[in-house]
Amino acid sequence: MSQLATLTTSDIPWPPSTGDFFLPDVAGPWITKFTILVWLAVALIIAFFMLTQRNAKIVPSKSQWLGESVYGFVRDGVAKDVIGHDGAKFAPYLTTLFCFIAVTNIYSIIPTAQISPNSHIAFPIVLAVISWVIFNVVGIRKHGFGHYVKMNLVPPGVPKLLLPLLIPIEFISTFLLRPVTLSVRLFANMFAGHLILLVFTLGGFLLVGSGNIGLAVAGVISWGMAIALTIFEAAIALLQAYVFVMLSASYIAGAIADEH
Amino acid sequence: MFLAAEEHHPLLPIWQEIVIGLVAFGVLAWVLMKFVFPKMDQMYEARVDAIEGGLLRAEKAQAEANELLNQYKAQLAEARTEAARIRDEARADAEGIRQDVLAKAREESDRIIAAGKDQLAGERQSIVRELRTEMGTLAVDLAGKIVGESLADETRRKGTVERFLADLETAGAK
Repeated sequence: MSQLATLTTSDIPWPPSTGDFFLPDVAGPWITKFTILVWLAVALIIAFFMLTQRNAKIVPSKSQWLGESVYGFVRDGVAKDVIGHDGAKFAPYLTTLFCFIAVTNIYSIIPTAQISPNSHIAFPIVLAVISWVIFNVVGIRKHGFGHYVKMNLVPPGVPKLLLPLLIPIEFISTFLLRPVTLSVRLFANMFAGHLILLVFTLGGFLLVGSGNIGLAVAGVISWGMAIALTIFEAAIALLQAYVFVMLSASYIAGAIADEH
Repeated sequence: MFLAAEEHHPLLPIWQEIVIGLVAFGVLAWVLMKFVFPKMDQMYEARVDAIEGGLLRAEKAQAEANELLNQYKAQLAEARTEAARIRDEARADAEGIRQDVLAKAREESDRIIAAGKDQLAGERQSIVRELRTEMGTLAVDLAGKIVGESLADETRRKGTVERFLADLETAGAK
């Protein structure tokens, strides 16, 4: 609060802009806050599973159960549920994806981190492209390249006259837009979430520091909003991880489905 | 407003981050898929095995128990019929013994009664005989006293008495 007293309006970066997402490098372009957070996420996830799964027994301990329930949630709730019996094969990838996105997303509300690496589109693009490659590879492996492409471009039972129109649409939606929507959805959610938290938090400082008692009250309300939205942001962080994994699973399911 | 956007457009990926993202995710996936998930799958399989094996064992034990129960029931039923047979036999034996005893007792009583009857008849006859002679004498004495004469004629006297007694007997028989 003493910090608050020393803050003047000119000290507060306002309005929040895209520049707030591109912080100065820690040490060159390879070591930034974002890359450190990503490596930390990798370390945390590995540590979590290694710690909970050491001395794994048939009758699980509490921590073992915790680790297994994360895997079980994705394996049974997403992989087997969406893909079917073959889904268990994809559970390791989907669980890795889920944990990685969930941890990197939740950074957005963790003090000191306070921003998700996924608000830089590079990371969502990497994940979306991996999912895109996987669903296409398993589809081509199962049906052969020609049949797989035809299966995706020519919906069954459609008049031949419509095909010149449908084939480009299906091509764009399946092979081009899927990775784009996957990555942009995750990126935009994390980007917008951070921006909204910035607006209400920094706006609160601006209003409280304005010297006008009415605006100061509005500033306190703005901070209340920031707290509420932080909780909301936590829900979105996990939800977006779930959505990403769910969609990846459904693309895989569509690629290895017999006919559709 | 978007002054900072000139430095970097948010929709343009930073290529170093793409490399870092790929490597970091690759490392994570490799470690988890090599050291964590296979172990979890194994554990899951083992658990399924344990549970299914347990169920199988329980089923087997249940079947065994059922078999034993049926066996015991059969044995019990057998024992019951055996007991019933033994009881029936014992009852029949007892009945036979009772009948024997009864028959013997009846025979004995019959014999005792017959002996008593014989004795009684003998005694009766001897009494009758005694009475007959005594009554004759008494009657003659009484008559003698009444008529004041001695009925000396022995033969006559005897005939009179006999006739009187015979009359009495026939009257009694009627």
